[in-house]
Amino acid sequence: MEVVFAITLGFMTACGIYLLLRARIVPVVLGLTLLSYAVNLFIFAMGRLGGGLPAIIGKQAGYSDPVPQALVLTAIVIGFAMTAFVLVLALRNLKAFATDHVDSREPRP
Amino acid sequence: MNHLLILPILLPLFTGSLLLIGHRLELSTKRRLSLAACWLLLPLAFVLLWLAGDGQLRLYALGNWQPPFGIVLMLDRLAALMLLATALLAAMALLYACRGDDALGPNFHALFQFQLLGINGAFLTGDLFNLFVFFEILLIASYSLLVHGNSGRQIRAGMHYVVLNLAGSALFLIGVSLLYGLTGTLNMADLAVRVAAVDPERAPLLAAGGFLLLVVFGLKAAILPLHFWLSSTYSSAVPSVAALFAIMTKVGIYAILRVFSLIFGSEAGSLAHLIQGWLWPLALLTLLMGVIGALAARELQRLLACLVVVSVGTLLAGLALGTAQSLSAALYYLLHSTWVAGGLFLLADLIARQRGAIAGELIAAPALHQPLLLGGLFFAGAISVTGLPPFSGFIGKLMLLQSAQGSARLLLWTVLLLGGFALLITMSRAGSQIFWRAVNGPVSQPPVASERVDLIRLIACASLLSCSLLLVILAKPLLAYVQATALQLLDVAPYLQLVSGGKL
Repeated sequence: MEVVFAITLGFMTACGIYLLLRARIVPVVLGLTLLSYAVNLFIFAMGRLGGGLPAIIGKQAGYSDPVPQALVLTAIVIGFAMTAFVLVLALRNLKAFATDHVDSREPRP
Repeated sequence: MNHLLILPILLPLFTGSLLLIGHRLELSTKRRLSLAACWLLLPLAFVLLWLAGDGQLRLYALGNWQPPFGIVLMLDRLAALMLLATALLAAMALLYACRGDDALGPNFHALFQFQLLGINGAFLTGDLFNLFVFFEILLIASYSLLVHGNSGRQIRAGMHYVVLNLAGSALFLIGVSLLYGLTGTLNMADLAVRVAAVDPERAPLLAAGGFLLLVVFGLKAAILPLHFWLSSTYSSAVPSVAALFAIMTKVGIYAILRVFSLIFGSEAGSLAHLIQGWLWPLALLTLLMGVIGALAARELQRLLACLVVVSVGTLLAGLALGTAQSLSAALYYLLHSTWVAGGLFLLADLIARQRGAIAGELIAAPALHQPLLLGGLFFAGAISVTGLPPFSGFIGKLMLLQSAQGSARLLLWTVLLLGGFALLITMSRAGSQIFWRAVNGPVSQPPVASERVDLIRLIACASLLSCSLLLVILAKPLLAYVQATALQLLDVAPYLQLVSGGKL
């Protein structure tokens, strides 16, 4: 499971970075979103991967760590708000400059 | 448990929320409310400074959950000092904003309060994840404050700033969760204990987490390869916001100092002084880049933004040297550079207002309406920021120069003194361009807005600049305080005892 998880994370991060470097607003926002998904999964994995474990110590031999889950929740909320903000800013940018390039002007050919 | 510790967070939080709920209130009411809350932070900061002055570390356990299980706030001398720097800067910036800047958009005051909430929280928290949360609060408030005014230039700068910082936040989260995965804790003092006892197999991973945090804090502090956002961001913001942003790079510096003196400090075993070797070249290169940027700047605001980069480089040099002497020099310089940079951003706006459409561009323009007053202020500010006596920049730089030993000494003296000289040239060039090379009458430019300087704006600007003199007059107690702060930071043991039965 760790291997699949790691490959998924790596792939998502790579896609996110690729999109982030496209320098067009919609790909950039999608890239940031993918990146934040990858990060959220990474935080989650830092509490160790495993299934069917209670979040209480002493009930079973193993237990799942609730702290990373709480952290992920916080990170998701913050990431969501930030994405919304970037989109609004992107719309403003589109309206003011009539281009979707992040430099607010088309690159010279 | 002393409830005063949480007030610098609660006060802006409640004021900001109140301002949001009452967003239809009259602007004058909002101003009064916001000013009152902001000015209250100032005596509060002094009380906390006095509290922290006895050298004890004070913890505030939220919900009375004991560390390392709950989130704690921690007050030491450094945190108190940073709170004071913020409170004074914010008080003056807000006073300035109340003369018109705040009318450009509906929720300026609420955003300003949330910005303060984020900054104060970042200084007070003793928990790494909480630091992330406060960073995000101050960032999202700063995104909105940056585009306050809604000009095209601001949106362009804002786009870069927001995307960069979002990528930075992702790295921050990876770094924090890496540290958590390896040590199982987020409390900074507890992290320090665990890092010291980590088994050598896991040490490289921990170091990777540490370096990721350095990248993020470096982005906030505008260290060399990550500083390109700063000049366009600061120069396009509304003046009062730009003045407040003078503390934002210092938040990054603070975070570097806190994390790498405590978690990866002298007690961290194999990971002790993790970044010391990296900081030194980065500091000098940042300083140089700032100076080059200042030499090339063609607009007053951009020039000032480059001065912020220079001050970041100077501060980092103090951190990189890592002795008690250099740290105290850096802390003294931090106070000086924050307040003077804030004052200069306000002054640049006062000047720009009298130059009409030319604003801050460094080209010949019709004469200013009050050249003596503004020129005098500019002269004082320029001398202070380049580090000439009798102002505080001189003392800070002198202490820093004295603290360097051996081969570092040669390098630091060369870079810092040559850099200071170059800054002197740029500032005198800018000053003579603005104040002396006046063109007679409007030359193919729209007529100059020849309003006289608004008294309140002038007071706000002059008080920040006069802090430089105040820092000199009060140098003795202040130096004693920053020296005690540096010693407290270098002595990690009391911090480590916090998690094992520290006093609440």
